[in-house]
Order: sequence, then structure tokens, then C-alpha cells
Amino acid sequence: MEHIRTTKVEQVKLLDRFSTNNKSLTGTLYLTATHLLFIDSHQKETWILHHHIASVEKLALTTSGCPLVIQCKNFRIVHFIVPRERDCHDIYNSLLQLSKQAKYEDLYAFSYNPKQNDSERLQGWQLIDLAEEYKRMGVPNSNWQLSDANREYKICETYPRELYVPRIASKPIIVGSSKFRSKGRFPVLSYYHQDKEAAICRCSQPLSGFSARCLEDEHLLQAISKANPVNRYMYVMDTRPKLNAMANRAAGKGYENEDNYSNIRFQFVGIENIHVMRSSLQKLLEVNGTKGLSVNDFYSGLESSGWLRHIKAVMDAAIFLAKAIMVENASVLVHCSDGWDRTSQVCSLGSLLLDSYYRTVKGFMVLIEKDWIAFGHKFSERCGHLDGDPKEVSPVFTQFLECVWHLTEQFPQAFEFNEAFLLQIHEHIHSCQFGNFLGNCQKEREELKLKEKTYSLWPFLLDDLKKYLNPIYNSQSQRFTVLEPSTVSFNFKFWRNMYHQFDRTLHPRQSVFNIIMNMNEQNKQLEKDIKELESKIKQCKNKQTDDILTKELLHSIHPESPTLKSSLCFKEQTLLPVNDALRTIEGSNPTDNRYSDYAEEFSKAEPAVVSLEYGVARMTC
Amino acid sequence: MEFSELIRTGRAQAELLRGPEAPPLRGTLCVTSHHLLLSPGTEASPDLWLLLLRSVDSIEKRVAGDSGTITLRCKDLRVLQLDIEGVEATLDIARSIEGLRLGDAWHFHPPERYYQRVARETNAWRLSEVNEDFSLCPSYPRALIVPRSVDDHALARSAGFRQGGRFPVLSYHHAPNGTALLRSSQPLTGPQKRRCAEDEELLRAVLVGARPGARGFIIDTRSAQAAKQARMTGGGTEAKAAYPGWKRLHRPLERGRPLQESFVRLVEACGDLEQSMDRWLSRLEGCRWLEHVKEALSTACLAAQGMEREGACILVHGAEGTDSTLLVTSLAQLILDPLSRTMDGFQELVEREWIQAGHPFQLRCAHSAFSHARPKHEAPTFLLFLDCVWQLGRQFPLSLEFGEGLLLALFEHAYASPFGSFLCNSEKERGLCEVRTRTHSLWSGLNQPKEQRKLRNPLYALNPLAIWPSVEPQSLRLWQGLFLRWTRPPEPSETAWEKVWQIVTDSEKTEGSA
Repeated sequence: MEHIRTTKVEQVKLLDRFSTNNKSLTGTLYLTATHLLFIDSHQKETWILHHHIASVEKLALTTSGCPLVIQCKNFRIVHFIVPRERDCHDIYNSLLQLSKQAKYEDLYAFSYNPKQNDSERLQGWQLIDLAEEYKRMGVPNSNWQLSDANREYKICETYPRELYVPRIASKPIIVGSSKFRSKGRFPVLSYYHQDKEAAICRCSQPLSGFSARCLEDEHLLQAISKANPVNRYMYVMDTRPKLNAMANRAAGKGYENEDNYSNIRFQFVGIENIHVMRSSLQKLLEVNGTKGLSVNDFYSGLESSGWLRHIKAVMDAAIFLAKAIMVENASVLVHCSDGWDRTSQVCSLGSLLLDSYYRTVKGFMVLIEKDWIAFGHKFSERCGHLDGDPKEVSPVFTQFLECVWHLTEQFPQAFEFNEAFLLQIHEHIHSCQFGNFLGNCQKEREELKLKEKTYSLWPFLLDDLKKYLNPIYNSQSQRFTVLEPSTVSFNFKFWRNMYHQFDRTLHPRQSVFNIIMNMNEQNKQLEKDIKELESKIKQCKNKQTDDILTKELLHSIHPESPTLKSSLCFKEQTLLPVNDALRTIEGSNPTDNRYSDYAEEFSKAEPAVVSLEYGVARMTC
Repeated sequence: MEFSELIRTGRAQAELLRGPEAPPLRGTLCVTSHHLLLSPGTEASPDLWLLLLRSVDSIEKRVAGDSGTITLRCKDLRVLQLDIEGVEATLDIARSIEGLRLGDAWHFHPPERYYQRVARETNAWRLSEVNEDFSLCPSYPRALIVPRSVDDHALARSAGFRQGGRFPVLSYHHAPNGTALLRSSQPLTGPQKRRCAEDEELLRAVLVGARPGARGFIIDTRSAQAAKQARMTGGGTEAKAAYPGWKRLHRPLERGRPLQESFVRLVEACGDLEQSMDRWLSRLEGCRWLEHVKEALSTACLAAQGMEREGACILVHGAEGTDSTLLVTSLAQLILDPLSRTMDGFQELVEREWIQAGHPFQLRCAHSAFSHARPKHEAPTFLLFLDCVWQLGRQFPLSLEFGEGLLLALFEHAYASPFGSFLCNSEKERGLCEVRTRTHSLWSGLNQPKEQRKLRNPLYALNPLAIWPSVEPQSLRLWQGLFLRWTRPPEPSETAWEKVWQIVTDSEKTEGSA
């Protein structure tokens, strides 16, 4: 609290982000210990969590006040005008302090209290059990076993304690291999495909330099290929561009030499590194934030940002992985440099294509826990939870979510969850409200005692399950067991609901989702009613009661149906209010949209002259 | 003639005999514009019995005492017998069926039909048959809606002052505030800046008819410079001084060859499955198609906003007034008028604002995107309209009664069709070619019940408000269902569509039986 000097500022203007004529709302700005809150004159509240703030900028003083621009990690951008510069300065300084904490203990999760007791909290953390998950995949089995090599985090600090390895790989082999891999991240099992008896394994790059070898590492790879009884050949996928991998050799790292490893097929798949991804997203956001953006500028900006190219690269890699297993029955070892960014993307997405379980709500949580959290994707660094190195921040997990979204677009019936679920998870990797994504690896999380001091996100999502279900999900269809997405370029679209989730005016004004969800709900309810009634009628008949009673019964239920009907007609229902990222406004307001700015022209004298003046003005200044 | 006028009687009590195998049905008989309906009494099975009137091949009536019998022989070889109470009722129903079973959509006469609607709303307009023999304007229909206070003689003078004789006529009357949307072609001011008193009077009368002190805006779909240049070739635009109360706005829309080239380049880009992401995005940008969508939509929004918000009358024209003009007026109506967003209303809109209004389909849709022939008059203006409608439907998924299927069908039929609706360039040509008697109407083809599931939007619910779309580039999308129709696997989205239908019909079913 010591950072907060001003808690309330009145007469603050919130500018419309896309309006070219500086439309604004006036209201009061409040600063709390955890949130920045703006309440406009219509009593509409805008809450901004301090942890969501990516940057705060104070622009040059104008006649109407001091502009303050806040960019958030969930892609909300707000532009305030604070009347007095002093207030603006105070708020600016407070936000700078509050948005960048130096210690984990100062993060929201450590003070967040959802009024649960300790056993409920513990239950929440036990919701996802990875041992259970490996059992579901079918390990341990005759070829794979649980290794206790890393039980005390002695071999690899960034791996979890429980690791599955080929049964024939002895501990010395594992230890030897880990010494030959960057950060000790030796090849371990990520996913086991029971039908094909093939495995997805993951690791970091080998420390091969120009000529170094490691017999233990070679043995471990051989053990992995031998653990597959159908196909002795295994793929080694280096997810980096070849050039990057070669450059690493000069630093004593690099990639596997096919001559030294028997039975491997080596393959580069060319996903760019975290720095390229960070600046790509930066470019994308710059383009999108432009006022009065033309269609051409939008598409040329989309192209030059390279964002969709990167998304396609991740997707292509995952498809390659899935095909190797489905078509060739081969096991695959995936790595990049350290094996916690691109490797997590490709392994998790590949498993999602192969196994429909990961397309359910619970399964998707398991997938994130396994391939991202447990295997040490550095959430705190990549999301910038603490005031740290900005070069470590990168939207790697966001890209994963976007790939999943593209799959939901191509296969609208294959996923149990909907877009809101993905958006909500994205919200919380940055919110620091729950403990799941804090820290950079399991060891660090244990040291922070997250399971005792914070809450798990997943039970809270399950409590609100209705919001996140896909109403047209079809779990039965055989066609969806393995997804084979098309990665032809035009299948990739800009994900407006992510990158503009708070720019209400850009979105469809009516939500199909809510309507269908409600209909489904009501169908179920009504079917239940019908069944109940039928059974009552049967009972009545059995009792030989006259049919007056049946009629009465029928009448008694009739008043219900009109209310249901009318609720169906009103689309502004609140039965399933999805968070305000999913809009359900009926109709719309022309002043929401940019063409309304043209309306000024209605009051101008002679447009021909006006446009000429514009031209002159531009030329002179 | 209005369809509903053919319906003589509301309902009657009747018994239906469906042959020796099926039990007879008793209930209330109704005739609607397309169906014969028998709803049985409450105690019997709840199902409605339905017969499409067009499937009736012949009809025979007999009267005895105070009841009558009608025998219907259907095109699918069924024979049905209806025993009806009351002689008068029998004769009425027989006449209704007789009139309606032949009635297919060629009986739409939109100018008259739309005028009836306007006449119910206001007295300021009249239906003029000054173009009865197409002598004033070869590209207009026979009957046109014009200000009541302007006589046919003045219309003739105004027609002489407008390119191709397309004098200002009513396109849409916005009942909530009495404003009017008009369309015309450019005035023939020429280099001498000629004027025409009757034309000026006509536009003045529009403002007077709307309400005292109403303002007007002329939306010229060309740039100010292009409009000025048109003077050299005898065209031009309205001089400010000559039309008091009217202000001119220029919203240049792409047309003609550049629009066709944009279409060709987009289709080329969509056909290349191997291209990289960067190449695809740069081609999508380079073809500029979505830019055209955005411009068309925002111009239509401007027109709609002028009417709804400013309470002004709007006149839209470009040069000939047969392309971008119609694009703007028809889209503005969709935005403002809930009726035009229904299945029937939209078909009527296309009929009235495109077919009857003289969009030269024959010339514009002679070739599509793959033709090697050098384009002369081809331009995908109508396709651009359909794309804009699709964008509206995406942003307001519950507000259009029709779905993507109808838009795709209209696209297909505009370019090649077994039906006659899109044949020829104008009503005059259609008359000369006897299109009405020698071909079938597309609408009767589309309105077959078996087509409905493809064409309708299962989630439609009447939205009485104006629908204002977002025209930001992030909100516009490539119409994949059309441009990538043959290159992407349609299956997942089609099964998803089926699922939505299933949920909706389930919901109707359960509600019905509860």
C-alpha cells in the first residue's frame, strides 16, 4: 500500500480507442491495492488488475489534461486523460510500482482469498493428478517405467520429480545423457500412444558442439527406439530453424549427428525463437492499435508482423509429429534449445491432435499441467510476473492457445470447451491470482509452497463449467479421434476475440453461442419434464385413477412452458452470462462505429472543398 | 396482385380422406399463400397436416346440400378428398386453391407490392406508370414510386435530364421517421452546367413530403473529381445552388473493370494451396476485395445513418445508377428495415432493388473470375452485395432469417441458372424475351420446402432494431464459404451446421410436447 499516494481521481476521461474524433467517457478512477478501477457516468465498471498491466505511459500534457496510456497483457488498452498533472503523475508512479513486483510473495495469489478452507484448497490442487494421467496413457508398462533419478531434482532442476523413461535405460545412462543435454534436460516420455505403442519424448539440445559425442545419450535414444516394438526408426525433431541450430554448435551446443545415432531420422521444423515471437506480437499489436486502420494496412501489417506465419509453423510441426506416429508408427523425440518453449508447444499440440481426451475440459487442464507446468515452461519469466529481464518475456503459451483456437475453428465439434475457456486461461496465466502458473519450474513452486499459500485455477474454472462448454461438441464421432487439420495459408485467421477481446465495438453484436447453449439446456430440462410427466401418467394409470388427474397434471406443468418460451425469445438473458469478453448486445449503436465519424460530414458545408482543405493541410504540415 | 388477396377464406371445418389405408382426419382447414393446412382437434394427434399448394395438379369441386367436397389430384399422383361444411366455404376454398396453386413467384410485382406497403405508411408518394412502355427509361420497370405532388409530365422532363432516363425514384421509405431513400443516375449538367427545373422540383417535393424543414443528402458514389470530370462527357453532379436543402457527399466506390480485376485476383489467390503465409496475406491485401467490402458497407451505413439519425432524405447515385447505387440502397435497407431481413423480404429486396431496378445482370455476370476473355462489362457488383450481406449476417447471426446457403444460391444463379429470374438486363428486355412465360422463377425454385434447411438460419429471431455493423478491418472476414468453397474440406462446418439445426428442431419439439 505504500505505493499508493492517490486513491481516487474524479473527472477522468476514458478515450475510445478507435474513434478518430476522440470520443470519451467521463468518470472516476480508483486505485486499490490490487486493481485500477474506472467507473464511468453510466456506472459501468472497468477493472484492471495491476498484474495485467504490461506498460504505463504518460504522454505530453494537453489542454484537456494529462494522458495516461495503459497496455495490458490481456490486450486491453486504455487511454485515460487525467485533469491534473499531479494526479496523473501519482497514479503513473503507483502503477509502475504495483505492476512490477520484485518478490513472488507480493503477487496477488498470495493474498487472494476465495473463502475456501484448507481441505478444499488441497482438494483443488489434487484435481489434476499426473500419475493418474500416465496411467491413462498406459504407462508404466513392459517398455516404459517410472524413473526415480530426478526424485530430489538432482539431475535436472527444471524437470518434475516423476519422469518416465524406457525400461532398459539404466540410471548411469540417464545421468550420462543428462550431462550431455542443455540444463540437464535429457530425453523423457511426454506422451505414450497406446494403440501404436509409439512415444513422444522431449529433451533439450545436445551439447555436441562440432564433434562431441556421448555414448550414454546415444544409448538412451536407442532405448527409446527399442521401446517401440513396431518401428525401430525414430524421428528426432529439432523445432528450430536449421541456421539457429548450427549457430548453437559454435557455443558447444547444437543438434544430433545422424551418423552417431543409429536408427534416427533427423528433422528441422523451423519455429523461430522467443525473441522473434515477442517482436512479432509487438508488431501485430502496433498495427491493430492504429486509429482509422485501412483494410490494406491491416493485411500488410498482419503480413509483416509474421504472426500467422509463426502460428502456422507451430501447427505444421505438430502435424508432422502426429503423422509420424499415426502413419509411420514411429516414436518421436522433440527438442529445441532448452526444451521448454517450442518443445512444449509441439509436444502438447501433437498430443492434442492424437488424443481426443485432451480436447475435453479436464483433459486440456491435464495437458497444460503436464507439458507446460510440470516440464518447466518458464511461466513467470515468459509472462513477466516479476520485474525481471524483459527479453525473457515471450508469448509462447499464447501461441499454443491460438493454435488450439485455430483447431476449434476447423473442427467445431471436436472440442468440449469453447473459445471463452481459452481466453479465460490466457487471462489467468498473467493474472497471478492463482498459483498454477507462478514460478518457472516445479522445484521453484515447491519452494514457494504454492499449494499451501495459493489456490489452483482449475476448480474455479470447473465451477463455472457451463460458460466454457461447446454446445455442439460431439464426443462420439469416430472421425474426430485424430485431427488432421489443413494448414493451407488461408485457414489461418486473425484471432480477433483474443487480441481485441476488450474492444467491444469490433465484435459481432449477437452471440450464437449463448442461444444454442440455452436451447440445449432447455431441451434437456424439458425432456426431463416430459419423462417425469410420462412416469406420473403411468403411475396414475396403474392406480386406475381417472384421467382427470392426468389432465390436471398436464395443466399443472403447462404454465411452465410459456415462461421458458419467452425466456428463449429474449436474447439478453442472463442465464449464461459469459464474462464480458463474450458480448451479447442486441442491435448496436451507430456511434460505436467508425463510420459515425463521417456523420460530422453531414454538418459540414461542401465536402468537396473540405477534402481539398485536408489535402492542403497535410501538405503544409 | 398481392398474394394474400387470393386467399378468400380464413378457415373452415373439414374432413380429409386420404385414401383407403389412412384414417380420415377431422379439423380446421386453412389456406395460406403456399400451403393447405389441416389442424386436427385437440384430442387427436397433435400433428398438422400440410400440403404444398404447388403440388396440386387439378382440383374438382362438388356441392350437395349445405356441405361440399373438393377433390385434389396432386403431382405426386396422390388423390385427396376434402369434405367441407358450408357451401360458401367450399367454393371459397376451392377458388383460393385454384388461384394459389398456379401462383408462383412470377406473380410478384414488386413495384406495386412495395407501393402498397409505402401507401400504408404515408400519403406522400404515388405509383406512376409513366414508364409503362419503357419509353422514358429503358432500364426502369413499368411502375415507379414518385412524390405525389410531381406529375408524369415533370417526371418525363426529369428523366430527360438524367443519364439513361433514370430520374430519382423511391427506393425505401423509412416509416419510423418518414424519411426516404431515393436513387437515380447522374444529372446531365454537362460542361455548361445545365439545370432542369422539374428535376429540382422533384427533389424539393421529396423534402416537403418528408416533413417541413427536412434536409437531404446526395451521396455520389464517385469521387468529387470523377464527378467533375463527368461533366466533360455530358454528365456531372447536382449544383449546390440549384437544389436548396440538399447537400452532396462523395463516397467513391470501386466499380467496373477494377472491381472485376479485384475479384479475379482474389479467386486466383484462393486457388493456390501451396503459397506461404506471407504470400497469401500480401495477395489478400493486393486484391483489395475486402477494402471494397468495407467501403460499400460504410457508405450504406452512412446513408442509413443519415436517415435514422439525422432524419434526412437520401438520394444515391453514381454515373449510370445501376451498380454501386443499388449496392448502397439495398444494403442501407437491410441495415434499417427488419422486414428486408426475412426470407421473403430479402427475396423481394433482391427482386426490387436489383432485378427490377435494372442491374444489367446479363452484362455484369457474363463471365466470372476464370474467363480468359477480356472483360468488357463484367463486374461482380452483385457478388459484392452478397458478400456485404454475409458480413452483416456474421456480425448479427440471429437477425437474418436466411443463411449463407441462400447467398451462395443467389451467387450461383446470378451467373448461371436454370431459372429465368436473372436473365436479361432490364424489365424491358425481359418483356421482349417473354422471360415470364417461357422460364421459371428462381424464387419458386428456392422456396421448395426441401430447400429450406439449406437456406434458412435456424437461429433467426426478429430483431426490430437497425443493425449497425462494425467496418473495422479486424471485423471483416474473407467469405470462406464462397471463395474457398471448393478448396477447403466443407465437412466439419457442415456437420456443425446440421448439429445446430438439430438442437433448434429438438428445442421446438420438446417445447411442443411439454
